[in-house]
Amino acid sequence: MSASSPLAVRFEHVSRHFGEVRAVDDLSLDILDGEFFTVLGPSGSGKTTCLRLLAGFDQPTSGRILLHGRDVTGQPPFEREVNTVFQDYALFPHMTVGDNIAYGLMIRKVQKQERRRRVGEMLDLVRMLGLEQRTPAQLSGGQRQRVALARALILRPRVLLLDEPLGALDLKLRQQMQVELKAIQQKVGITFLYVTHDQEEALTMSDRIAVFNDGKVEQVGSPPELYESPASQFVAGFVGVSNLIRGGVAERIQGTPETFSVRPEKIQIQEQGTVLPEGYCSVEGRVREVIYLGVHTRYLVEIEGGDDLTVIQQNVEATSMEVLAARGRRVRLVWHPAHNRRLGRRA
Amino acid sequence: MSTMQPVSDRSAAPGPPTQAERTALMRLATFLYLRPRLVLALLLGPPLVWMVVIYLGSLVFLLIQSFFSLDPFTGQVIRVLTLATYRDLWTPANLDIFLRTASMAAAVTVATAVLAFPLAYYMARYASARLKAVLYLAVLVPLWSSYLVRVYAWRLILAKEGIITWFVSQLHLTLALEAVLKAPVIGGPSLSVSFMGMFIVFVYVWLPYMVLPVQASLERVPQSLLEASGDLGARPGQTLRHVILPLAFPGVVAGSIFTFSLTLGDFVVPYSLGNSSFFIGQAVLSLTGTAFNIPLAAAFTVVPMGIMAVYLLGARSLGAFDAL
Repeated sequence: MSASSPLAVRFEHVSRHFGEVRAVDDLSLDILDGEFFTVLGPSGSGKTTCLRLLAGFDQPTSGRILLHGRDVTGQPPFEREVNTVFQDYALFPHMTVGDNIAYGLMIRKVQKQERRRRVGEMLDLVRMLGLEQRTPAQLSGGQRQRVALARALILRPRVLLLDEPLGALDLKLRQQMQVELKAIQQKVGITFLYVTHDQEEALTMSDRIAVFNDGKVEQVGSPPELYESPASQFVAGFVGVSNLIRGGVAERIQGTPETFSVRPEKIQIQEQGTVLPEGYCSVEGRVREVIYLGVHTRYLVEIEGGDDLTVIQQNVEATSMEVLAARGRRVRLVWHPAHNRRLGRRA
Repeated sequence: MSTMQPVSDRSAAPGPPTQAERTALMRLATFLYLRPRLVLALLLGPPLVWMVVIYLGSLVFLLIQSFFSLDPFTGQVIRVLTLATYRDLWTPANLDIFLRTASMAAAVTVATAVLAFPLAYYMARYASARLKAVLYLAVLVPLWSSYLVRVYAWRLILAKEGIITWFVSQLHLTLALEAVLKAPVIGGPSLSVSFMGMFIVFVYVWLPYMVLPVQASLERVPQSLLEASGDLGARPGQTLRHVILPLAFPGVVAGSIFTFSLTLGDFVVPYSLGNSSFFIGQAVLSLTGTAFNIPLAAAFTVVPMGIMAVYLLGARSLGAFDAL
């Protein structure tokens, strides 16, 4: 995953317009060989269109798509060395699990014995051994997910495309599958292009993330880069929670009215009248709402002349009684200025 | 629940319901809500009476009739159970009729399936909502006019002096048409008096019964399955063979049940366009009408039922109903 890795995918000024709608707008993006790359964005941001363009289900209005240096623009899906895990799994209902996984090999007229051997390997990889005679209707959501993954991986694609594959699973299973997907990716060493709207999922699995908004890339970076130095207000708000401080409040704190952001977990709550640590930023307010979440507590603090600030505190020593009693109290919010992030001009 | 509906409807009406009315309806609704079996019985009672008494009852009587026999001298039905009628049925001439009818039904079924599939596929996959409505209408409108009128219209179309003969002559293909009409069995003096003409008309009248179920089955195949197949390397032809056809097969079988059984029992088309060789429907008609041999007519009717039973068993063994 170093900079010298060869490119797996390159989007060169790719646009896809549907009439007036610019689903993907002049996109240029490089994906390195062997990395777990995530396209993160809200619905309608063009992330799924981007995946469909690479799979070949859709053709760009303009621009080029290169797969391992070869121009694949205009090639149909069945000629491209990429495979897809679909959002609705798209398992063939009239075939068994084994036949579903073997489908690509059957199409390529691979010998029956070889097919059986590789299906066995895949079933082992996704921990589905012994279920190959079942039909998709007899499987749970998580199992269907695994079959869809095995069916796509068996062809050893150059790039595996995953379109919100965990969206239909419940939270526990989703978290478990996230860890498993990452492990599988490291084991097979195939480039994964993962599309999701779930920032936590993106942060959990990805080597690098591209944040999409309105058909354009807002920022590309590793999870810590995106979280710690968001390039725009959109990224700051979409990846994790951010407090935006602007106008008069910003001027009171740092001397200029330039908007900046600060993450809620960097802020500490102090009782009024305690000594302000040297060099720290501070602002006074009143606790409007306390949301007790077990591991941590979220406070909404009203600031005079500004937006509410969100503060997250770990419940290390505090009990729920103590925490909830803070409602309505006047407090001082304190944080180190190193956590202030200037944002790019893009809104 | 729908049983609750009248209450809210009334409360929305201009005159507010009296307290007594409201509670009486409420009580009835609650009474029914707590007795789902009673509701089921009320719902299913009428159709079940209809099905069992009128449908199955008449079939049973038909079956019993076929085991009676006709007194050859008096022409009276002898109401004693016997296999004599089935013995009469089993003559070479009658076997010819069965074979002829079943072959025609099979040919018509295959032809309607081949014609219906591309149209149904287009309707299910590509047509806009508006175009789809137009196509639905185009498929269904012919069913609104009398079947008899349409068959007679076809007789004129196919006649020696008809538009098809004229059109063929304009293309200077008259010799080709004559050569086709000289073909054994399927040919005849003109299209309007030949099995070929009959086949054309059968395909025309039963086509809607094939288009609709095939279209419905294709509509249920999600787009993502076709994309997945292409994604895994299948060319469109391979996707058709391995994904679309297997999933549309139940629809084709459903349509073929219509086209096959409707052809087996029809007597109007053979009567209007055929020659002197009978089809099952014609035989039944003449046996009930002129010959008044009801037992033999009943036995004749049992034959297509038997053929359909064999056909459905065959379809089941091909997996046509697995997806149901």
